[in-house]
Amino acid sequence: MTTTTARPPRAGMTRRQRAKVTRGTQYAFLGLVVLFLALKTDWKSFSDSFFRLDVAASMWPRLLTEAIRNTLLYTLLAFAFGLALGLRLAMMKLSSIGPYRWFANGYVELFRGLPSLVVLFMVAYGIPNAFPGFKFPGDFFGMVTVGLGLTAAAYMAETIRAGIQAVPKGQMEAARSLGMSPGRTMFSIIIPQAFRIVIPPLTNELILLVKDSSLVYVLGVSVAQYELTKFGSSFLVSKASPTPLIVVALAYLAITLPLSSLVRALEKRFAKAR
Amino acid sequence: MSTTPSGMPSVSPPAAPGGAGHAISIRNLSKAFGDNIVLRDISMDIEPGQVVCVIGPSGSGKSTLLRCVNLLEQPTSGKIWVGNDEMTDPDVDIDKVRRRIGMVFQSFNLFPHLKVLDNLTIAQTKVLGRSLDEAKKVARHNLERVGMADREDAFPSQLSGGQQQRIAIARSLSMDPELMLFDEPTSALDPELVGEVLAVMKGLAAEGMTMMIVTHEMGFAREVADRVVFMDGGYVVEDGHPSQVIGDPKHARTKSFLHRVLNPMVIEPDDIHPDGLRDAISDLAP
Repeated sequence: MTTTTARPPRAGMTRRQRAKVTRGTQYAFLGLVVLFLALKTDWKSFSDSFFRLDVAASMWPRLLTEAIRNTLLYTLLAFAFGLALGLRLAMMKLSSIGPYRWFANGYVELFRGLPSLVVLFMVAYGIPNAFPGFKFPGDFFGMVTVGLGLTAAAYMAETIRAGIQAVPKGQMEAARSLGMSPGRTMFSIIIPQAFRIVIPPLTNELILLVKDSSLVYVLGVSVAQYELTKFGSSFLVSKASPTPLIVVALAYLAITLPLSSLVRALEKRFAKAR
Repeated sequence: MSTTPSGMPSVSPPAAPGGAGHAISIRNLSKAFGDNIVLRDISMDIEPGQVVCVIGPSGSGKSTLLRCVNLLEQPTSGKIWVGNDEMTDPDVDIDKVRRRIGMVFQSFNLFPHLKVLDNLTIAQTKVLGRSLDEAKKVARHNLERVGMADREDAFPSQLSGGQQQRIAIARSLSMDPELMLFDEPTSALDPELVGEVLAVMKGLAAEGMTMMIVTHEMGFAREVADRVVFMDGGYVVEDGHPSQVIGDPKHARTKSFLHRVLNPMVIEPDDIHPDGLRDAISDLAP
């Protein structure tokens, strides 16, 4: 029988103590890096270009009345259009009728694979060329709605389909056993439950749309149609200062952060109803 | 068990044609899932007011039989009438007939996004076209019947399994069904919650509801059923009064099934013999 000498723990520390030391070292390193950057930074020149309050002030009130308003409007219109179309595509994907499925699958693959910019461009310039005399209802807003919504619909269709399939089969059986038609079952029982499931991924889609709305600039918008990014970049040029970009960045956050907390609130509200 | 049970007797088909006066008529019903034959040439009639318990080992086809009655499963062949409507007729308005057939599931299947009262009113208003006020009145009456009158504002997830199942029964009753189908209504419940659901079902039976119940509750079957059907391997093996089928079974399969169900801890010497054990296991999970 060989006697094995137990290896003494390094420096006589327990596993937990060693982890503490490791973590402490990492924090110390992080602190040093921050300190180094803070000391090395030319705060005066940095704030002179990025935090010029006079430039920021000159953007008010058009920041709110035009830029944020337009960004929200483009986003919500495209979201509503995308949701309505995405829901139909999701149902087509789940249809027992082959051509419906093929169409929906083809649509999703096509629009998911194309850059939003290309789609927007094709809608804005391709459709009026292909159908001379055609005007979008709502004119520019209608065009943006469709241009951004077509892409959004492809993503939402996939999300909603997954949500519908996540509703247990017994729900359909219970509803049909009560004499509900397939359509009634879908709209009264399955889809309300599917939507509770897909709220988080749909919010993701909404937030992506907030940012994609900046693509509208390619359409050669008039001043009154500026959304946040175009609005900011126009000030960037006229004021020769990067401060407008900071203002615009904060404005985007002012839109997206409340959206995230709204979703958390919704999820909490639905928690017991699922 | 899924091997050819050549000696398996099939209860001879009743002579009367389907439809006439029966609550449910089943003729030569067969159902296969792919190569797996689950129901083999089943024929039976259930009379109005009858309480029929269907028992048998799992995989015997009893749930499939029940689900064929309201066409949740499409029969492979054979015919089924509910009242005078032939369910298996391709032209039947299935949604219309299903209104008259209550269905209670093992997993309750309440609508989780709706409060209890809305669970009971939604089909009344959307399917039967009742006004919301009338539907609520009917719903509250039925909640009273199942002893859940005080929980109409709860969501299903806030209720125990037994309470959920009683709500599910009340939901079916709110459609004023002619007959009720129960698919192992107590199998998903904690043991101490089984009683409250069985009590509601017993009350329904006493009111004269036509009921077809797939169950493992032998005590309930013996006490409440007018008739017990024992199924095995897709056949109806025995069919008769509970005192006969449960109390004095004729067929060996019925005897061994009941013996195991009623004495789950007892292991027969036969079961310990490798072949006997294999048979016993395959009986439980074919």
